This record gives sequence, structure tokens and C-alpha cells, in this order.
Amino acid sequence: MWDWSFTFEILPTLASAAIITVEATLIGFVIAALLGLMLALVRIAIPWTAWPISVLVELVRSTPLLIQIFFLYFVFPKFGVVLDAFTAGVIAIGLHYAAYCSEVYRAGFDNIPRGQWEASIALNLPQWATFRDIIIPQVIPPIVPALGNYLVALFKETPLLSAIAVLELMQTAKIIGSDTFRYTEPMTLVGLFFLVMSLVSAAIIRALERLLNRRIPR
Amino acid sequence: MTEKPMVRFENVSKRYGALTVLDGLNLDIGRGEKVSIIGPSGSGKTTVLRMLMTLETINDGVIWVEGEPLTHMEKDGKLVPANLAHIRRVRAKIGMVFQSFNLFPHMSAMANCIEAPMTVLGMKRADAEARAAELLDMVGLSQKKDHYPAQLSGGQQQRVAIARALAMRPKIMLFDEVTSALDPELVGEVLQVIRQIGREHDLTMLMVTHQMGFAKEFSDRVCFFYQGKICEQGPPGELFGAPKNERTRQFLRAVLEAG
Repeated sequence: MWDWSFTFEILPTLASAAIITVEATLIGFVIAALLGLMLALVRIAIPWTAWPISVLVELVRSTPLLIQIFFLYFVFPKFGVVLDAFTAGVIAIGLHYAAYCSEVYRAGFDNIPRGQWEASIALNLPQWATFRDIIIPQVIPPIVPALGNYLVALFKETPLLSAIAVLELMQTAKIIGSDTFRYTEPMTLVGLFFLVMSLVSAAIIRALERLLNRRIPR
Repeated sequence: MTEKPMVRFENVSKRYGALTVLDGLNLDIGRGEKVSIIGPSGSGKTTVLRMLMTLETINDGVIWVEGEPLTHMEKDGKLVPANLAHIRRVRAKIGMVFQSFNLFPHMSAMANCIEAPMTVLGMKRADAEARAAELLDMVGLSQKKDHYPAQLSGGQQQRVAIARALAMRPKIMLFDEVTSALDPELVGEVLQVIRQIGREHDLTMLMVTHQMGFAKEFSDRVCFFYQGKICEQGPPGELFGAPKNERTRQFLRAVLEAG
């Protein structure tokens, strides 16, 4: 049933593919976290953008990620935007989760008492300094758990990149399977990898949460 | 005396939809004058401070600070709504202390007091800290400079908020019901600090308060607001001692009964 020698044989291949998966996750999440923050900031700083941004966010959240990946990879070249599979896939994942993250940030901003903005005005702080020094440092700690959930969710959706043949973990396992007609070992290993990495990420996020809460007495 | 008033409200109105909060307010406040604003809730007294701090826009009229329009700027001999740069330049003269303190909870008392001097006035950290240390010492909190707001009592937080506002070297200080959120035993320490800065600083002070005793002893002039207008104003001795208006008498009687 389980062949250990085959397992050790495919392990290096899967390990290098796992690096691609981790890269896609980290780059995708950086895009999601930063773009999400930017969307939320623009919405507050320039009130008329609130409506178009919420339409955009709803559009992205209400369509499957797989379709968005296909759009970027197969449809954009028709308009002259040619991206390699990894780039297209990572951008699609980043954009998709940016929509979710922007809503998390927005809730975070909504939770800041009006008095914090008013005190900033009374001290004549410019808007950028108000965001940088007063508002964002108060917004981030409470939303770390929610952002962490999206990090894990994003990570678990990276196998979708196999659909456009990015040689990430899932795609590599599929190739091994179809070449050798053995799926048990590669798929089990891939599943284990996701399980372990998800648990590790969750633990890191919890530690970060504790650290942030300890630093600021409330 | 032709010296321009420190603050002039010229026919200022504020409306929220159909509700008129302030109705054609005219009020001059002289340099160094201490003015208390009293009145029933909903009389527009807090709105006066909030408009001066530019936390509220105004619907009509002009607010002048040292002879310069705050909410407007002069262009081709006419007054047009001011841009942000103009507002920020004029509002730099004004500091405000709030009922709910509004300290930055993620910053220590010291950090609260140096944030704006460093970012807005461009002070070096060492200079800003030295100045903040003086102010925290003046409000009696030199031992608490590394404490976070959550580790301070309400009275201590409010004293930090006063130090934070003074760190910006305002010419005008606004106090918006600064003792209303405090436990009764903590009111005195905050009033003591206000008394002291009234003596030691050449500040124009405008305060909305429910502390009639303090208003009487501290201010040069008391304004009684009723339904968006100044109903009666005068030196505290006169206004508290021999109010001319029936509304004022009613209000003072009610306040005194409440104790």
C-alpha cells in the first residue's frame, strides 16, 4: 500500500515544489494585505471612492478565484497583457484576497473611536501622520486574527494554480501521479504538508496576537 | 483700544438639517481672556468650541482668529472657503482638551506629548521630550511619563491630555466639559491644573463647563447659552450674583438645586 522507497524518491521533487507554494502564498498575501489596506485607506481619505471600491470588492468576492486566475492568464493576453503562469496566478490570488482583507481593515477602521480622529485634528497632525502614527497602529492588532485566517485560507487555495500549470506542490504531485500511476504517496505528502504548514501558521499568528496584546496594555 | 480680538465669531450659524444649533452667534474673546460657557444641554455650547477647533463646519458667518479668518481666506478682496493649508496654519494657534480625554491608547504619556511636536512642529526628539517632561511635571505626572493611558486614572489621563495640548504651544485653549467624565474625587486635581495654567501661561481660554463654582472663580466672563444663542453674558459676579434674564435665573436655580 505505502512504498517508503518511492516516498523518499519523490520527496526532493515535492520539497522544491513546496518552495513554489510557499513563495506564491507569501507574495500573494503581501499583495492582499497591502492592497487591501490601500483600498480601505483610499475609501476613507477620498469619500467619493467608497461606492466604486465597494462594487469592485463585491465583484471580486462574488466570483470564483479560479475564474479570476483564468482571466488573468488566458484573457488578458488578448488585451496585450501577457503574464507567465506564476505571475498571473499570484496576482490573481493577491487581488482576490485583497478584496477580503480590505473589508477586514474597514471594520478595523470603523472601530476606532471618533475622538482619536478629533484629537489628531486638534493637534494639527496632517492626515498621513494621523493614519501612520495614530490610526493604523490601533487598527492592526485587533485584526491580526482575521488577517491570519485569510493567510491560511489563501495558502490552502494555492493548489488552484495547478489549473494554469504552475509547478507548485499540487501540480507536481499530479505529474508524479500520472507518470508513475501512484497517487497515494504524493497526495498524502501534499496533504500532510498543507496540514503541518497551516498548523504552524496558526500558531505563529496566535503568538503574534499575544505579543501585540501584551505590548499595549488595555 | 483697537487691538484685534483673539477670537471673533461673526454671525456664525450651525445647522444639522432642520435643527439650528447655533443661530447667528456674535462673540469676541480678548487676548488672555478666560471665558466660560454655561447652559443647558443642547444649547449649542459645545458646538462653539468644536467649530473653533474645525471639528465642525459652519453654515454661515466667519470665525476670526487674531484678525485672520479661520474658515475662510481672503481672495481678491472677498472671503472664500479656506483650503486645508490655510486652516492648518490658523488652527495651529488653538489647542483642545476633550471630555473623553482622547489620549492615544497605544502610546505612553510621554509619546502622547511628543507626537505632534515632532511631526507638526518638526522638533527633535530630545527637545520635544524635554518640553514634554516639563509639562508632565507641571501637571504633576513626571512619575507617570512611561505609563499608558489604560494604566492611568481618569484625572491623570485628563492631565496628560492638557500637557499634550500645551506641548503644541497654542495661544488659545479650549476645554470641553473636561471634568464631566471624571469621578467626583478626581475633578479637583484637573481643575487645579487648569487654574495653574491660567495663571502661568498667557493663554486665551474658552471652556464649556458644568462646574459653576469653578466658572465663577476662574473666568473673566461667563456666557449663558440658550437655544443656540447667548442669552446673557457678563462678569461672573454679575451673572451668578444678579442674573438679569429669567432663563438664566431658571438655569442657575436648577443647577444649584442639583447641588
